[in-house]
Amino acid sequence: MNPTVTALRAGVLRGGIEVRHTLRSPQDLWNYFFPNLAFLVVMFFMRDATVPGTNFSLGARTLPSVLGGGLAFGALVTMMMALTVEREDGTLLRAKAIPNGMLGYLVGKVVQVSGMQLVSFVLLVVPGVFLVDGVELRGAGSWLTLLWVLALGLVACLPLGAIFGSLFANPRNVGVIMLPIMGLVATSGIFYPITNYPVWLQWIGQAFPVYWLGLGTRSALLPPEVAAVEIGGSWRHMETFGMLAGWAVLGLVVAPIVLRRMARRESGSSVAARKEKAMQRIN
Amino acid sequence: MTIAETPGRTSEPAGAPVDQPVLDVRDLRMRYGSTDVLTGVTFTARPGEVLALLGPNGAGKTTTIEILEGFRMRSAGEVTVLGIDPAHGDERWRARLGVVLQSWRDHAKWRVRELLAHLGAYYRPYSTDQVRRPWDVDDLIDAVGLNPHAGKRVGQLSGGQRRRLDVAIGIVGRPELLFLDEPTAGFDPEARREFHDLVHRLTDLEQTTILLTTHDLDEAEKLADRILILAGGSIIADGSADQLSRRMSSEAEVKWSRDGQRFVHATTDATTFVRELFQQYGDGIADLEVRRASLEDTYMALVREFESGRSIAALREFEEATR
Repeated sequence: MNPTVTALRAGVLRGGIEVRHTLRSPQDLWNYFFPNLAFLVVMFFMRDATVPGTNFSLGARTLPSVLGGGLAFGALVTMMMALTVEREDGTLLRAKAIPNGMLGYLVGKVVQVSGMQLVSFVLLVVPGVFLVDGVELRGAGSWLTLLWVLALGLVACLPLGAIFGSLFANPRNVGVIMLPIMGLVATSGIFYPITNYPVWLQWIGQAFPVYWLGLGTRSALLPPEVAAVEIGGSWRHMETFGMLAGWAVLGLVVAPIVLRRMARRESGSSVAARKEKAMQRIN
Repeated sequence: MTIAETPGRTSEPAGAPVDQPVLDVRDLRMRYGSTDVLTGVTFTARPGEVLALLGPNGAGKTTTIEILEGFRMRSAGEVTVLGIDPAHGDERWRARLGVVLQSWRDHAKWRVRELLAHLGAYYRPYSTDQVRRPWDVDDLIDAVGLNPHAGKRVGQLSGGQRRRLDVAIGIVGRPELLFLDEPTAGFDPEARREFHDLVHRLTDLEQTTILLTTHDLDEAEKLADRILILAGGSIIADGSADQLSRRMSSEAEVKWSRDGQRFVHATTDATTFVRELFQQYGDGIADLEVRRASLEDTYMALVREFESGRSIAALREFEEATR
């Protein structure tokens, strides 16, 4: 048996097991339900408002935006948190002590975080379509669009999460990066069409994958005429593909370098030292 | 299959020829910035041997073990572990090692059985006719005495149970060499005894070579075939507990009483002194007591001195005593 194949298989299984664990942990269940519940409430109150310049419900426009943007945010932040927390508690070092364990660990993390995003996606989309009108998949083309946007979006965001996760040695410092990320979501046209923002803000939003994921899911789930309020009056599939693929390539080039550096530095005494520091903070 | 499970480790294909030491460390040096942590550590371990690396806190035990595990780059010196330089050890080499480090808190949501089965799977491609990998999960859980807790979540285990799990994970791949870093730190006496029993069972059962670090002499004496005392960046004593205490028993204290009066005398040759004592006073001698300075006395003195900062002087004295 090939050790690499074994580790890949173990990693996929590992990811599945860890998704199952999240479905049994009260903390994780809260993290699944609370934000999605909040989004649903927001959509509920937005359902009678209309997208500026159209008769289309603002709530209905928000649902696919939140699905896409939430996926980007969730994938990035969950990956980042998992790496910093599991570096501190020794999971990564454990993986390092096992043959091909790091490969299995990373594959497991990718599967786990993707799986968690999928659970979250379903939790939002199922009640969401009953709450607002006009959100539906119109034929095979829409399905295909949704699939490639979500898949490419994950490939773009997971390595970014891994990069940030390896840069922060301490989970309590992750807050530093959370605020800018939330700010980014706010400027990405998730809750309100980006065309109503100042132009410079539109450019910032368009530089990052969150906007493009939101745009991609809107294009799959909303009727074509709603594209009129987007930049250029179009769903811009080519640009969406280009930007998400660009971020994916960047992430996939940089992440292995950063991850390897992080893994190399991992040792028993570094885990012990971090534990020591954490204890001091508590006392 | 009818292949007998004989622990014929030395014929491992990736390994070394017969009789090559499992661990061979020569003049290992480690320097952080301008601080020398290890100034020339030299020792070897033969297959099946249990070695205790003993020394006061901060002596460099963890640094040494991390270099051998391949988790840390050394500054200088020759090191081979299972015939391979740990700085260039590949995954096949890694599969032959078991590592139990200090302070694990990982995988809290996993169940004991689930975790052992998962981590064991990585070793399956490295199974050979001599060494079947991984260890069967049920047998392993049995061996470390976690049977009643196999279905529990890892986060619910007590400190002692958690440590057994750590050991179980360390040996799930049936390692030829097992590293245990301060395995009983923070244990109560009961948990400590249970852990010692576990290590004895391991060595009886599997012929695994073990390198453990501890700052507790009692533990080293109980577990190890050979004790290496690490202080001031090098090994200052190397031998079995018996050898070390005999080498250090240069001074003995002789106590006796005569005519209701008590006497104390320190001597390097207690036998001769007592013989002469009897020749001189015969039946007049009562309450005779001869006490050799134990290994523990000497080691405790070393640790006290080391921790109070008089380390160099203490080292010299200790080295004199062990010569």
